[in-house]
Amino acid sequence: MITLDGVAKTYGDVHALGPVDLEIPTGGVTALVGPNGAGKSTMLTIVGRLLGADAGRVTVGGLDVVTARPRELAKRLAILRQENHFVARLTVRQLVQLGRFPHSQGRITRDDEAAVDTALGFLDLVDLQHRFLDELSGGQRQRAYVAMVLAQDTEYVLLDEPLNNLDMQHAVSMMARLRRAADELGKTVVLVVHDINFASAYADQVVAMTEGRVRYVGTPREVMTDAVLSDVFATPVTVVEGPGYPLAVYYRA
Amino acid sequence: MTLATDAATVAPGTRPGRRPVVPLALAGLLTLALVVASLFVGVYDLRADGGGDMFLITRVPRTLALVLAGSAMAVSGLVLQQLTQNRFVEPTTSGTSEWAALGLLLSVILLPSAGIATRMVIASLAAFAGTMVFMAVLRRVQVRSTLVVPVVGIMLGAVVSSLTTLLAISTNYLQLLGTWFMGSFTGVVRGQYEVLWVVAAVCAATFVLADRLTVAGLGRDVATNLGLGYDRLVLLGTALVAVASGVTTVVVGFLPFLGLVVPNVVALLRGDDLRSNLPWVCLGGVALVTACDLVGRTVRMPFEVPVAMVLGLVGAAAFVALVLRVQRRG
Repeated sequence: MITLDGVAKTYGDVHALGPVDLEIPTGGVTALVGPNGAGKSTMLTIVGRLLGADAGRVTVGGLDVVTARPRELAKRLAILRQENHFVARLTVRQLVQLGRFPHSQGRITRDDEAAVDTALGFLDLVDLQHRFLDELSGGQRQRAYVAMVLAQDTEYVLLDEPLNNLDMQHAVSMMARLRRAADELGKTVVLVVHDINFASAYADQVVAMTEGRVRYVGTPREVMTDAVLSDVFATPVTVVEGPGYPLAVYYRA
Repeated sequence: MTLATDAATVAPGTRPGRRPVVPLALAGLLTLALVVASLFVGVYDLRADGGGDMFLITRVPRTLALVLAGSAMAVSGLVLQQLTQNRFVEPTTSGTSEWAALGLLLSVILLPSAGIATRMVIASLAAFAGTMVFMAVLRRVQVRSTLVVPVVGIMLGAVVSSLTTLLAISTNYLQLLGTWFMGSFTGVVRGQYEVLWVVAAVCAATFVLADRLTVAGLGRDVATNLGLGYDRLVLLGTALVAVASGVTTVVVGFLPFLGLVVPNVVALLRGDDLRSNLPWVCLGGVALVTACDLVGRTVRMPFEVPVAMVLGLVGAAAFVALVLRVQRRG
């Protein structure tokens, strides 16, 4: 379980987050949704201990993210940020091997290689594994980053807009893979998504935020209503029944 | 729950076998040939009377100094490039060497009777402080584009350099500055170079830290995610570079572009797998500085052109080529 207890953050004079109290259950896919500037990424980065909160406490699987030993935490919790510009000229496999660092400290063992193979296979990168990252398309590179995070083999996986820069086909296959990671590998996946309909189609739980606060928490069916979405996104939204899950329609006000 | 358990269901990828050691051995032989040439090239005829003494007093120390300083400065460049995630940073584009020079001058002014070891410590401390200033400025710079980073370093270095010159003018050491800092192995003789063995330890430490440096090269966020104590590693890496630069500056002077050209050429050819690149970077540094020193020794015999001048020519050309290449790749 991930718990946030009175977590708050301000950048200078700008109030970015909180105070937020939230519990994210173990297992399944949780989607953070909301308009730009709602604090989704800020919250995710604080949970992922890449950003310090001004107040409050975050625990992941019982470990306080600020005081836990970094190496122990890195075996429980992995986070991938939205922007990743690596100067290093690494092959896909070398990058994914780095995901094993918390376990191996660089000395790759047989188990590490197996985990790397699994992660590469999971993201359909086996054929690309010896290519350099700078030779790949944006979508392939994004898959390589996610493979690195999966190779880290943590119970909790946080992803900040993993669908960013992906076209329709690749966005769908990425979400399907993350769903499989939760179902087959038993991971707790928390992600920020821009497209509310992806949250509706794949998530078990939706956390809707505005202005640094958590406004609604529930299953997609609970959150996907005209009233809730119109309120959260500050624009008229109509929810219609889709193929097995509700869809938000908002293209003409 | 663990990924490893269902590895059997996934076809294992074709693993690269152990990297062939043949090319590395060839590069090693080539470097060795340059080193041997360095032992036997010079004005003094070794077959003449006292040739053996001459060999031990100047040729061996000079050649050892080339090997130690060459590998140390190339490795320093590599370490700085990982810590800043920028290909253009090396001790002379981060202000590190300039700070070492300021430290050296201060040690001469304040402790005129100090030995070379003391000067070395002071120069290294100054280099460490200066590089930390560079890192701190970088952290505050909003636009960390590829070229802004070395520009910041070069500017900081220029400011420190001006201070050093001002200090030298007001203390009548100006003439010494030129000869000190124009990196040259001419004056390296027995009793003068031994402190350079310290940089061998720096190289060894880099080998130990190779994996952590690779992780750090992916940036603070990825490194933190992987459980690496990023700030501690930056401190440690900076200290290693400072010691290498401080010692080299005291004994030899500036060796510009060495840390820039060698790691970049190696990365171009082999990618950025740090552990397997390190021997190449060491060999490359030794080969380049030795070749440049040989050129400097032979172009206008019996006089010598400082190695820094030759390196500057080679390095500046390589620097421009690199900038153009990076811009083309976007």
